[in-house]
Amino acid sequence: METNVTIKKLSNRFPGAIIETHSHRGDDTAVVKKESILEICTFLRDDEALLYNFMMDLTVVDYLGREPRFEVVYHLFSLRHNRRVRIKARVSEADAIIDSIVPVWVGANWFEREAFDMYGITFKGHPEMRRILLYEGFEGHPLRKDYPIKKRQPLIGPIN
Amino acid sequence: MGVTFGKESASRRIVPGGTVSDGPERLLDGSAILTRLQAAVNWGRKYSFFLYPFVTACCGMEFMSVAGPKYDLDRFGAALPRFSPRQADLLMVVGTISHKQAPILVKVYNQMTEPKWVFAFGVCAVSGGFYNNYSVVQGIDTLIPVDVYVPGCPPRPEMVLDGLLKLQEKVAKERWSDWPRGAAPVTPMLKKQE
Amino acid sequence: MSDLMKDLHTEHMVINMGPSHPVTHGTVKFLVTLDGENIVDMKVDIGYLHRGFEKMCESGTWQQVIPYTDRLNYVSPLINNVGYALAVEKLIGIEVPERCQYLRVIACELSRIADHLTNVAAGGLELGAFTAFLYFVEARELVWDLIEMLCGARVTVNFVRIGGLKNDLPQGFQDKTRAVFKECRRLWNDVDKLLTKNRIFIDRVRNVGDISAEEAIAYGFTGPCLRACGIPYDVRKAQPYLVYDRMDFEVPIGETGDNFDKYLVRMEEIQQSMKIVEQALSQLPDGPINLDLPQYRMQPKEDIYHRIDSLIFHFKTVIDGIKPPPGEVYFAVEGANGELGFYLVSDGSGKPYKCRVRPPCFPLTAAMPRLMKGRLIADIVPTFDMINMIGGECDR
Ligand code: SF4
Repeated sequence: METNVTIKKLSNRFPGAIIETHSHRGDDTAVVKKESILEICTFLRDDEALLYNFMMDLTVVDYLGREPRFEVVYHLFSLRHNRRVRIKARVSEADAIIDSIVPVWVGANWFEREAFDMYGITFKGHPEMRRILLYEGFEGHPLRKDYPIKKRQPLIGPIN
Repeated sequence: MGVTFGKESASRRIVPGGTVSDGPERLLDGSAILTRLQAAVNWGRKYSFFLYPFVTACCGMEFMSVAGPKYDLDRFGAALPRFSPRQADLLMVVGTISHKQAPILVKVYNQMTEPKWVFAFGVCAVSGGFYNNYSVVQGIDTLIPVDVYVPGCPPRPEMVLDGLLKLQEKVAKERWSDWPRGAAPVTPMLKKQE
Repeated sequence: MSDLMKDLHTEHMVINMGPSHPVTHGTVKFLVTLDGENIVDMKVDIGYLHRGFEKMCESGTWQQVIPYTDRLNYVSPLINNVGYALAVEKLIGIEVPERCQYLRVIACELSRIADHLTNVAAGGLELGAFTAFLYFVEARELVWDLIEMLCGARVTVNFVRIGGLKNDLPQGFQDKTRAVFKECRRLWNDVDKLLTKNRIFIDRVRNVGDISAEEAIAYGFTGPCLRACGIPYDVRKAQPYLVYDRMDFEVPIGETGDNFDKYLVRMEEIQQSMKIVEQALSQLPDGPINLDLPQYRMQPKEDIYHRIDSLIFHFKTVIDGIKPPPGEVYFAVEGANGELGFYLVSDGSGKPYKCRVRPPCFPLTAAMPRLMKGRLIADIVPTFDMINMIGGECDR
């Protein structure tokens, strides 16, 4: 099947690093071990049959109560083959570190900073790991499921 | 007959010993006006707002329309946006103010010279709107005094013009003792770690 | 001369542009290190309009997300609406009726026209071409009249529903569109004459902010900014959604990716979008605009008032929200600034577990330092404008 090319190639090349795959609603997805994320991304970008030259999106999903708790989700797109793939890597709360993919796609820089800001995942090897949308001094990571939606941390407020 | 005046001034006559009203008074068959300085100054102020557009979000789109050809804020004497707070006297807060933005808003407000007015444009500036969450200030009146609230998400240009007229009415009634208002009554809450 | 330059050692100066600065028409802060007028280094600080979009989405039902999507890219809200609705429909596995698809195409393209008009208008304004601003704001006002006719609101439209639309085409829309487009084309021609061959304008934008195609791809550029580099990537053509595959339109591309090319691409896209709207209107089929699936799309109001089953479904979908099956999808549409993707995760409940939007102008803004290093400080103005950063979308 044409649509499964990526997943097939990935599982042939990295048999030990693919945890599971699915193609729900036609979106090819591979869950990979977080240790090999950099290697896999480089492969996906450079392999002639894949050529995923766009890092479209990077985000994190917080599955509170599940272990490992976080899933870092990458959406890649190949202009040449007009194909998309979703790569996911699971990261636990205690060890919320994953390799940065900035060496592969420079565009990932801000996306990773945002993921750090919102979910507190640290990207190892990132050139500038600090908050991007919120401000220094903000405590906690608002998009985690256990952050109360109305917990405010104003920089400035009324005298009382 | 001399100079003719608008309806308001022509309709009032000085009655010796009578009460003095706030509006312009006519003397000597219209060749001189007697009025209170305060009323004259307010009249001047209300038709010459210099606004500082503190545009942050979607309401800015409507702000562009209001300033643009069809609705034309110019007709009400509030045409020229000044991008220096020192030269402006009407602070238009257009859009959502997040907590990250709040210190900047207060700084701009404090830099403006008195007298100054604040126009809350859109429901986000009025009350935070439907963003009741960790990052949005729940109404700019928690930070700085506000003169006119124009709700709507975003308000239609007609509402904005109406708000401006309301502000003009308010300015016309002001007294010397209303000024100065002083700095915004706020204090830093979170120590910024540099 | 070179000796003189060596002796004249100047110190670098750091200045702060923004977050409330006339050219930063979103709220963004540039920390520029200058050597004379040349930019040595630049840091971009965003987040001044972070409004907690995702957190708000996670706290409401699936339908309640739609008003929030309006306020992402508030210059082209209809595209956001459509993108989100399509993503949810993909998650559920349904497809809306044909007429609805056509109407969505019309809505999207009207929004795209308004967006590009605004962008060029603001760009002209910031470079001193005030007339172009006035002309295009007038044109946008006309397009907004159409949008208002269609959905009842000017900016924050809230028009698209999951599985359908709020309402059908109003009467007289076709005629009005014809009149509006005629006027728009006239204004377009005027602005074209005012800007495209204008020495001052060209000097400010030509060869400024250029980037090679490979680099643009690595940075994650999409939309007009990528097409200006010569890559004809348009989601509408690459992965046609709705009925874009039945439309006859061209994807304009540039060569160098500089600001002038971005401007030309946008100008041409206005024309193409008008063409699409006209085609869609002429091909428009009859039929329903809503799906007949009461657990996902509300039944017509008359039914809700007169039939008990419709009332029950209405009650359920309003109180609990619709319940897409568990799973995750990513769906991309061509937003006004580039690929607008929605990544949704459902856990089977009435609320989105995760509602992520891929903001097209986020990677564009991230590339500002790359575009500006070694340039003059005055070049920030046109470059930042042609990036078209929209605060609501970039900061969410
Ligand atoms: S009031 Fe509405 S339109 Fe205005 S800034 Fe807030 S959300 Fe945007």
